[in-house]
Amino acid sequence: MIRIEQLTKQYGATTVVDHVSMEIERGSIAVIVGTSGSGKSTLLRMINRLVEPTSGHVYIEGRDTANEPAHLLRRHIGYVIQGHGLFPHRTVAENIATVPRLLHWDQARIDARVAELLEIFQLEPAEYAGKFPHQLSGGQQQRVGVARALAAGPAVLLMDEPFGALDPIIRAKAQEDLLDLHRRIGTTIVLVTHDMDEAFRLGDHIAVMSQGRLLQYDRPAVLLTRPADPFVARMTGSADRALRLLSLRTAGEVAAPGMPAALKIAATATLRDALAELIWHGAEAASVVGSDGAIVGRVTITALLAAGQRA
Amino acid sequence: MSARRLPAWLLRIDRLGAVLVVMGGVALLWLPFVIAKANRIVPGQALGIFQALPAPYPLACVLALLVAALAALACRDPRWRLAAALMGVLVVSLAVAAAADALTPPGNRVVRIAPGAGCWILLLCLGLLAIDAITRLQPGPLVRTLALLLAAGVAVAALAHGTFDHLSVMREYAANAERFAREFRQHLWLALGSLGAAVVVALPLGVLCHRLPRLRGAILGVLNFVQTIPSIALFGILMAPLSALAAAVPLAAALGIRGIGTAPAIIALFLYSLLPVVANTVVGLGRVAPAAVEAASGMGMTRWQILRGVELPLALPAVVTGIRIVLVQNIGLVAVAALIGAGGLGAFIFQGIGQTANDLVLLGAIPTVALAFSAAVLLDALVETMNRSPA
Repeated sequence: MIRIEQLTKQYGATTVVDHVSMEIERGSIAVIVGTSGSGKSTLLRMINRLVEPTSGHVYIEGRDTANEPAHLLRRHIGYVIQGHGLFPHRTVAENIATVPRLLHWDQARIDARVAELLEIFQLEPAEYAGKFPHQLSGGQQQRVGVARALAAGPAVLLMDEPFGALDPIIRAKAQEDLLDLHRRIGTTIVLVTHDMDEAFRLGDHIAVMSQGRLLQYDRPAVLLTRPADPFVARMTGSADRALRLLSLRTAGEVAAPGMPAALKIAATATLRDALAELIWHGAEAASVVGSDGAIVGRVTITALLAAGQRA
Repeated sequence: MSARRLPAWLLRIDRLGAVLVVMGGVALLWLPFVIAKANRIVPGQALGIFQALPAPYPLACVLALLVAALAALACRDPRWRLAAALMGVLVVSLAVAAAADALTPPGNRVVRIAPGAGCWILLLCLGLLAIDAITRLQPGPLVRTLALLLAAGVAVAALAHGTFDHLSVMREYAANAERFAREFRQHLWLALGSLGAAVVVALPLGVLCHRLPRLRGAILGVLNFVQTIPSIALFGILMAPLSALAAAVPLAAALGIRGIGTAPAIIALFLYSLLPVVANTVVGLGRVAPAAVEAASGMGMTRWQILRGVELPLALPAVVTGIRIVLVQNIGLVAVAALIGAGGLGAFIFQGIGQTANDLVLLGAIPTVALAFSAAVLLDALVETMNRSPA
C-alpha cells in the first residue's frame, strides 16, 4: 500500500532521516515510535510531502508521490496533528467540509458526508454541526480533527501525535475509538508517537527510530522477543516486557477446552488483564466467555505464564 | 492612619465626584459663563451665569447642577450618575444657548457671544462624570454605537433647529457655511483617502513581513523612522521633490500634483498610516495558531487559500485595530495639513489663529474632535464585535 524506499532528509550537514525503507500493508496500522529528534515526524511528513525528501521515494498504491503537485497529493491523504489544528473561525461542519470543498464536491454531497461523519464520531449533527471548535471539549475537538481528515474518504490516514494533547483518561478512550473506527473503515493508518504503550496498543507493526535511522520495523511481539538492537530493547522496556507481551493477545485467542471455572473473564480481555484477575482472586483457572455470555474455553495460570515467555 | 479617624459619611463620598464637584463649583461661581463682545474684534466682557441669563433661569440651572453634583458625590449606581451627567450637559448647553439669545439684541448680527471658561470647565467636568459612568457600565459594542448615533442625532437636530444660532461659533458657521461644507468633505477625503491607499499597500507588506522575517526588521525599521518625523517637517520635506516633479513632468502637474496642496498631504498621511497597519497585520498573522496553518497545509490548501481562508480572517481583528489607530490619527493630522494648503477643517483653525478669532478656531476644532471621537467609538465597537465572535 505504502512503500518507502531509501527515504532521506538532510538539512545542511544534518541528516534528519537516514535512508529509511519500509512497507505498510493495506488496512494496517503502522506506528512510528522514537524519542524527540529521532526523525519520526519528518518521516511522516515526507509521506504527504509537507517535507520534501532530499532523496528516496514514497509510493502509494504503486504511484510515486513525487509525480503529483504536493497540494493535490495531500487532498487524498488524511492528516491529523497534535492539538487538532481546527480552524477557530469555522464551525464544526465547515471544518469537516474543508477537503470536500477543495475537491469541489456539490453541497448536497458535502452535507450528507458531514452528517455521516458526525454520526460515526458520536457527535449529534443537529447539536454539533453549527458549533465552533472552542465550544467543544478536548476529546470532541480531537474527534472532529479525525473526522475532518477522513472527510473525503482517503485511503491513507497520517496521524502525528494525535492524542498528545489529551489527558490520560480521554487519551485511552480516544485510542479505543480509533481502533473501533479502524475496524469499521479499514483505512491504512500511519501514526507517530513517543509513547511506547500507545504504540503497543495501536500498532499492527511498530517502527522504532533513533537519530534518523529505522532500527527495527516489525510486529510488536517480535520487537519484544527479538529486539534487533539494544536501543530497541531499552525503548520497549526490559523490566515489564513479559507483561507487555501478554498485553498483545486476548484471552479469546488462547482459550483452551476444559472444565468450567468459577471465575469468568471476557474473551476480549488481554492476557495481562486475565493474569491480574487470576492473581487477585487466587484462582488457578478461569472460564473465557464471549460477548454473548457463552463459555468459549478456559485459561490457566500455567498457560498464561507460558504465553509470557520469550519465544 | 488618619483615614480611620474620618467620619463614615465622608469616606462614602465618591472621590472622583468630589474633585469634579469642586472644579465645577469654582467654574460656575467664579469663572465667566459667557464672553460677550460688541463685535468680532473688540475685547469681550466676562459675564457670570447670573448676569448672563434673566431672573429665574440661573437659579433653575444651579439647582439642576446641584442635583448632578449630589449624584456625583453620593450615588453609587453608574446609571444614575450617567443620567445626572447627561442632564447636566443638556442644562449647561441650553443655558449657554439661552444666554446667547438673551444677550443678542433682535436683528443684531455683529455681537459675538462665546462660551466662557466656566462653561467649558463645567462641560468638561460633566463629560468626565459621564465617561466614568460609561466605563463602569461597560456597555456592549452595539449599545455604544447606538448611543453615539443618538448623541449625533440630538446634536444635528439642535443645530438644524437653530438652538445655538446666536453663539459666536454658529455665527462664524453662518458666515462660512458653504466653505465649511467644502472643507469638511476635504477633511474626510484626505483622512479616508490616505487610509485607503495605506491599507492597500500595508496589507501585502504585512503579509510579506510575516512570511519573510528577514525583511520584517528592515520594513518596520523604515516605517518606524517615518513615524518619528514631525508632521510639519514631513509636509515641508515633501514640498521640494513634488514641486520639482510638477515642474519636470507636465503630466504630474496636469494631475494636480504640486509642492503644496492635496498631493503632499495625502502622501505624508499615507506614510504615517503604513506603520500601524503593517505592524498590526504582522501581529495578527503571528497570533494565528501554527497548528491551524499546518493542518490547512496538510489537507492540501494552497498558500493563497491558506492566506485568504485561514490567516487573514483570523488576523482581521488586529488589522482593524491598526486601521482604527490610523483613522483617528489621520483625522487629527489632516488639521495640520491645512498649513501646506491642503484645506480641511484645519484651514479654519489656522485662519482663526492668524486673526486671533477664537470662534473660527472652534469652528475647525470642534468638528475635528467630534469626527475623531466618533471614528474611535465606531471602530472600537467593530473590533470588539469581531473579537467576541469566534473569528
